[in-house]
Amino acid sequence: MISYIIRRLVVAVVVVLGVSAIIFILLHWLAPTPAFDVLGAKAQPQAVASWNKLHGYDRPEIAQFLSYLGNLVQLNFGYSYKLSQSVSALFSENAGRSAYLTGAALLLSLIIAIPLGIMQAVRRNTVGDYTVTTLNFVLYSMPSFFLGLILIQFLALDLHVFPPTVSDSVTTVWQTFIHPAQLTLPIVTLAAINVASFSRYMRSSALDNLAQDYIRLARAKGLSERSVLFSHLLRNACLPMITLIGLSIPTLLAGNLLTEYLFNFPGLGLLFYTALGNLDYNVLLAYVILGAILTVIGNLMADIAITFADPRVRLG
Amino acid sequence: MAEPIAPLIEGLIEPGGYVMAGPEGGEVQVISSGWKLAVSEFFDNKLAVAGLVVIIAFILFCFLGPLIDPTNQTLVNPLNTDLAPGGAHLLGTDEHGFDEFGRIMLGGQSALEIGFFSAAIATVLGTLWGAIAGLASGIVDGIMMRIVDILLSIPLLFVVLVLATKYSGTVIRLSLLIGLFSWLIPSRLVRGEVLTLRERDFVSAARVMGANRRRIVLRHLIPNAMSVVIVNVTFQVADAILILAYIGFLGFGLQFPATSWGDMLGGAQNYVTEGYWWLVYPVGGCLVVLVLATNLVGDALRDAFDVRLRRR
Repeated sequence: MISYIIRRLVVAVVVVLGVSAIIFILLHWLAPTPAFDVLGAKAQPQAVASWNKLHGYDRPEIAQFLSYLGNLVQLNFGYSYKLSQSVSALFSENAGRSAYLTGAALLLSLIIAIPLGIMQAVRRNTVGDYTVTTLNFVLYSMPSFFLGLILIQFLALDLHVFPPTVSDSVTTVWQTFIHPAQLTLPIVTLAAINVASFSRYMRSSALDNLAQDYIRLARAKGLSERSVLFSHLLRNACLPMITLIGLSIPTLLAGNLLTEYLFNFPGLGLLFYTALGNLDYNVLLAYVILGAILTVIGNLMADIAITFADPRVRLG
Repeated sequence: MAEPIAPLIEGLIEPGGYVMAGPEGGEVQVISSGWKLAVSEFFDNKLAVAGLVVIIAFILFCFLGPLIDPTNQTLVNPLNTDLAPGGAHLLGTDEHGFDEFGRIMLGGQSALEIGFFSAAIATVLGTLWGAIAGLASGIVDGIMMRIVDILLSIPLLFVVLVLATKYSGTVIRLSLLIGLFSWLIPSRLVRGEVLTLRERDFVSAARVMGANRRRIVLRHLIPNAMSVVIVNVTFQVADAILILAYIGFLGFGLQFPATSWGDMLGGAQNYVTEGYWWLVYPVGGCLVVLVLATNLVGDALRDAFDVRLRRR
């Protein structure tokens, strides 16, 4: 087990290094130096050259990449010349809010999808099952921002239940916590992305488990249907969800970007969007690398968690 | 549909009432190829046929529609902005004075083109990469698949958006951009398929019968791996249309006055607050219906090719 984890960690480090190299090269190709951001678009070539020399942007790319990696290990993600702040400061300022939004959305999607999938499996091939399957299919084919727009139209503009965008005064995680109405629409929008795929997997997993002998035994010994479903079936049918949550990180990050943009919620996604607009080199680089690290960690954690949850799974 | 299994009962009852003894060992079957079975299976699925009809209808609507109902989509008309539907403009006009109905056709053209082009790029790249890795095996396979692992760890939307800040604007560029970063899943699928097919009895049988490597690859491996590829193409198209919509929505899509549905929805939040519903729901509806239809076709194809699910 320990050797397996170590092996996986080594692979993860290699993957993250590879990702960093690819993104570094791509961004370097798009924007070789931030000199013009600092000195102005009409800076003299000599001034740009001396600025590049001073900040190390005249060195070969490989040297720049290695020193970037060196800084990365010390959690120094560089400096945003557009926002005049270090990227680490920007990230630590925004990460909490994004984590809250994304975590709450993930939790909500699980709370909806797990019972929904079990219900569909128990009542398979009924009108209810078909209705939910159809809705899931529509939801799955819908861009998240379009769902967000529909929610804004009906719940914010028509019925005035929730605000259409997140208020500027909500800046800390604590404030989002004490003003739940502010974040309801973003959380629901982001949660909906995963509900469709989660409940689809949950349905098929529950169907597989319903046909197993242990369910028949539980019923044969006279347990109530409720106890069969919620203490026997639920725990076993949820096992694939562990892997699925681990795999859903890229979707969540992309959804986070769109949701924060749509609701104007200050977080990492909105920061990334702003950085795209003005080609804020270090922010873009750091956020894509962070996204890749989260993706890799998500897969790794899911693989480890499943061995604890399911003794039948042996890693090696 | 041809009856794949000979009747289990010994004799057949003719309409006249005579009992006819069948030949010993059952009737000779019409041997149908796997492809024909899959096609007939596909067309038995009503949702799939509906999805196919919707896709064809969209292609006709977007590409032939502008010929039947030509509208100005190049010159900004400040006098006609944000007109409500009715009269000369079936779905009103947008913030530049363009006819929204005609603009949906134009946006649909780019969505369909980019969807199909990028899926084609991704499929060709992914199939080649996966097939080479699967056939080469050993260290080449290891290196090729580790490259796929690395690229798969980069969230697709992020890297495409970063590149789209400079290299977007035309249909070809966006197709390349999306296609070049979405061949990873097909390459894994094809490699897996090649690895299992290589060891199957029919391949060994062909080898024993003296088939050369070329014949085995062309006649046995590729046709059998094709089903996985074809199913994946449809999902690739659906995903590419969605990615394109996200890029456009965030404002990194096609160069004005060219447009895609995502570009058109870019200012949607403002339109919603202003009450310009015709600039939001028709476009968004088209997007959802087209992606839904493509996904339905993909699902049905997967079922049709899956021998285990086939109704005998």
